[in-house]
Amino acid sequence: MQLTVDGKTYDLDVEGEMPLLWVLRDEIGIKGVKYGCGVAACGACTVHIDGEAVRSCQVAAEDVWGAVTTINGLGSPEALHAVQAAWVTHQVAQCGYCQSGQMMQAAALLAEVAAPSDSEIDEAMRGNLCRCGTYPRIRAAVKTAAKTLAEG
Amino acid sequence: MGKVKTIARRSFLIGSAAIAGGVAFGVWRYKTPYANPLEGGLRAGEAALTPYVKIDATGVTLITPRADKGQGAYHVQAALIAEELDVDLEAVKIDPGPPDRAYWNTALAPEVAEFSAPQEGFVRDALTGVLSSVMKFAGLQITGGSTTVPDGFVKLRAAGASARETLKLAAAARLGVEASALRTEAGRVIAPDGTALTYEELAADVAKMKPVQDVALRAPEGWRYLGKPMQRLDILAKSTGTQAYGIDFEIEGMAHAAVKLAPAQGGGLLSYDASAALAMRGVRGAYAVSGGVAVVADNTWRAFQAAEAVEAEWRASAMPASMEDHWAALEAAFVPSHQDSRVRDYGDVDAAMVDGALVTADYRAPYLAHAPLEPVSACVRVGEDGVDVWTGTQIPRFVQANVAKIAGVEAAQVRVHVLMMGGSFGHRLEDDVVRQAAEVAVQMRGVPVKLTYSRETDMAHDYTRQIAMAKMRGTVKDGRVEAYDLSIAMPSVVVSQMGRQGLSVPGPDSQIVAGAFEQPFAIPHHRVTGYRADPLAPLSSWRSVGASTNGFFYNLGLEELIEAAGADPLEERLRLVSDPLAKQVLEAVGEMSGWDGPRMGARRGRGVAMTRSFGVHCAEVVEVRDTDAGLVIDKVYVAAEVGRVLDPVSFENQVQGGVVFGLGHAMNCEITYENGVAEQQNFDSFEGMRLSQCPEIVVRGLENGTSVRGVGEPPVPPAAPALAAAIHAATGVRLREMPFSKFVEFAG
Ligand code: FES
Ligand code: FES
Repeated sequence: MQLTVDGKTYDLDVEGEMPLLWVLRDEIGIKGVKYGCGVAACGACTVHIDGEAVRSCQVAAEDVWGAVTTINGLGSPEALHAVQAAWVTHQVAQCGYCQSGQMMQAAALLAEVAAPSDSEIDEAMRGNLCRCGTYPRIRAAVKTAAKTLAEG
Repeated sequence: MGKVKTIARRSFLIGSAAIAGGVAFGVWRYKTPYANPLEGGLRAGEAALTPYVKIDATGVTLITPRADKGQGAYHVQAALIAEELDVDLEAVKIDPGPPDRAYWNTALAPEVAEFSAPQEGFVRDALTGVLSSVMKFAGLQITGGSTTVPDGFVKLRAAGASARETLKLAAAARLGVEASALRTEAGRVIAPDGTALTYEELAADVAKMKPVQDVALRAPEGWRYLGKPMQRLDILAKSTGTQAYGIDFEIEGMAHAAVKLAPAQGGGLLSYDASAALAMRGVRGAYAVSGGVAVVADNTWRAFQAAEAVEAEWRASAMPASMEDHWAALEAAFVPSHQDSRVRDYGDVDAAMVDGALVTADYRAPYLAHAPLEPVSACVRVGEDGVDVWTGTQIPRFVQANVAKIAGVEAAQVRVHVLMMGGSFGHRLEDDVVRQAAEVAVQMRGVPVKLTYSRETDMAHDYTRQIAMAKMRGTVKDGRVEAYDLSIAMPSVVVSQMGRQGLSVPGPDSQIVAGAFEQPFAIPHHRVTGYRADPLAPLSSWRSVGASTNGFFYNLGLEELIEAAGADPLEERLRLVSDPLAKQVLEAVGEMSGWDGPRMGARRGRGVAMTRSFGVHCAEVVEVRDTDAGLVIDKVYVAAEVGRVLDPVSFENQVQGGVVFGLGHAMNCEITYENGVAEQQNFDSFEGMRLSQCPEIVVRGLENGTSVRGVGEPPVPPAAPALAAAIHAATGVRLREMPFSKFVEFAG
């Protein structure tokens, strides 16, 4: 089986039903994608497939329908994506474990809606749990990122 | 009203020691009156150095002994050292430190000392038992109870200051100038003529010198890092998915393990058949471990799948069959034979109960899971040269001792590598996952075995927050609260938790009444009694521990009495409050929220609550709106007295997080057991607060007190009672039991 992840193509020998999450983490070694619940209840495992935010714990390897982008492909410490830069500015993270998923969800939202309203942010982000309670900062960071992207 | 006015400056002595290629600075610890249960303490005259600063040819390393569970502890500890040492935080290494017997955390003790303040009718011996038991906790390098900041506030700065002054002396000798003419900056000693010597160059000289003692610490006005917004050192990694956590740990040749544990808490394995599991792809073996069966495979998911495929027969749990039985056990504990403590007893409560209208109510708080978002994991390798453990833990000393026992080696042969934790809330004060990983690793010598819990295992086998119940009686007179009698029953968390480490804890348990017995209100007749229920589900410390339930009970009882008196909830608290710092906190939150009574117009209301916990007075006002879609929490105002805000951004983030934690669990979380089996095993049934439900949270840190306090736990206890009061103001519904979702509906 072949998967394209963060711009690289991988030849993989895995069971078709292995969730993309575990293919990414254990077979390819992309640890930025996090396991929190395995049942679509937390959002920690969020990645993009063809730009759409999906829960990688819910997508079987054989069902992956396009190019996968993970938090490690969105940007890097040397070349931050606008969302990551906003997360740095607002110092959103506490333990940080949920934040990969939060940022991937936020990036997908902003790709679709350039200047989301409060209720659009609520709606898009409500599936991403943060046990540390960084929600106020996530909201602020999404708005900052929207502004940065708008200014191009 | 913190008893710790200041942490006595000279209760410790700065020391230094030569190390390979350089020098380490820290504090000496001498033999102490209380014993270390694992080591038997140091012998008389023996001392151990707790190193905080290491300087060698490769650079400066700041050692931050208190674990970081996401609260920025590493950063603030490093900043405390750097403030005096004159190094740039960006240019030094930060090392969380090995589990060393010298890392004693001294700040937990005063909280206990207060509980043990001489009280009539209090058994002195029993009380000593509590004191020493909590000191044992403290002696084992535990990060808990918001102690990171108070413990390190003076020690870490003093170590930095001593190192700086000693470096200057070394430079003075080399350059032939007076030390007083030298200054330090960015890791260098600089002479008046501009000559600069780096700390690294001076390290070998300093190793031969006596450290300078009694250096005056810099005044807050001159601080460079502390008290100012700092960019936390871990922020970049945590904003780019490049921060490695325990669950991400990988090492050459590593095998992945998963467990299937007895479904019921406290159940055990009778027999198992792993043949189906062993036939699955990538599976290398199956082993009986404590509480169940472990399966080893070549990736996490395959291990999870194979563990599911294990067939087993389980021993039944000793836990009661239904939740009704759990509650009945608490109900049965409100009798003299179960009385555990009565530290607060003012006036004549019994006599006061016949006067005026008697107000009574019962309150309940459920079991709760810790559920940090990162499930627990541990990697253990049993090798020829000792044992390595890689895990995110708050109790490295216990881990070391327990793994040594399992592997049959000396504790000194076990190296515990503490990894970054994706949250804890008290969860990582337990080490089952490490023990089970070690049990497998001893059977696969040489192979690093990483055991990862599934979310379901993590939640169903969590040692939960205590279940608790309270009974309130009281009277009012002339529009005032006259008498307040609060009785609280719960099993002992400390006994349950320490029992798993093989330690027995004699004497009363302060946590049964924490968050209630020490509240700063001068009610004429006032009593708080703790009753110890018999053990039910196994328990563990959950963020804010006893206060997480008792802050709810105490504030609700007071709230109902104030209502009966016809008084304003904030005004009456202000009238009753007996501590000037607490009064300022109440005034602050009143001013911030524009308090003018609980009612805010049609279907809107606000509630106030204050809890003193971990030496911090924290007051919150919650505003609620009742909409057709359900209850909406609009705003929360928080004021907390912490002595000094060392890192304002981290402070605000932690307080907001504590509020979300307190509110979220009060809204919709509980763990219920059916024959010992947890009925909630994942976030679909144990949800907490969602972003869409999160209010705006306005935070103010007050700096009127003299002792510096951590703020990880204090915002949690007042959140639930303030929310309950606000819901009452908005809807007329009086909530007396958590979670509130059993009685009211929240908007999604
Ligand atoms: S791990 Fe996929 S949603 Fe939680
Ligand atoms: S930052 Fe810890 S779970 Fe979100």
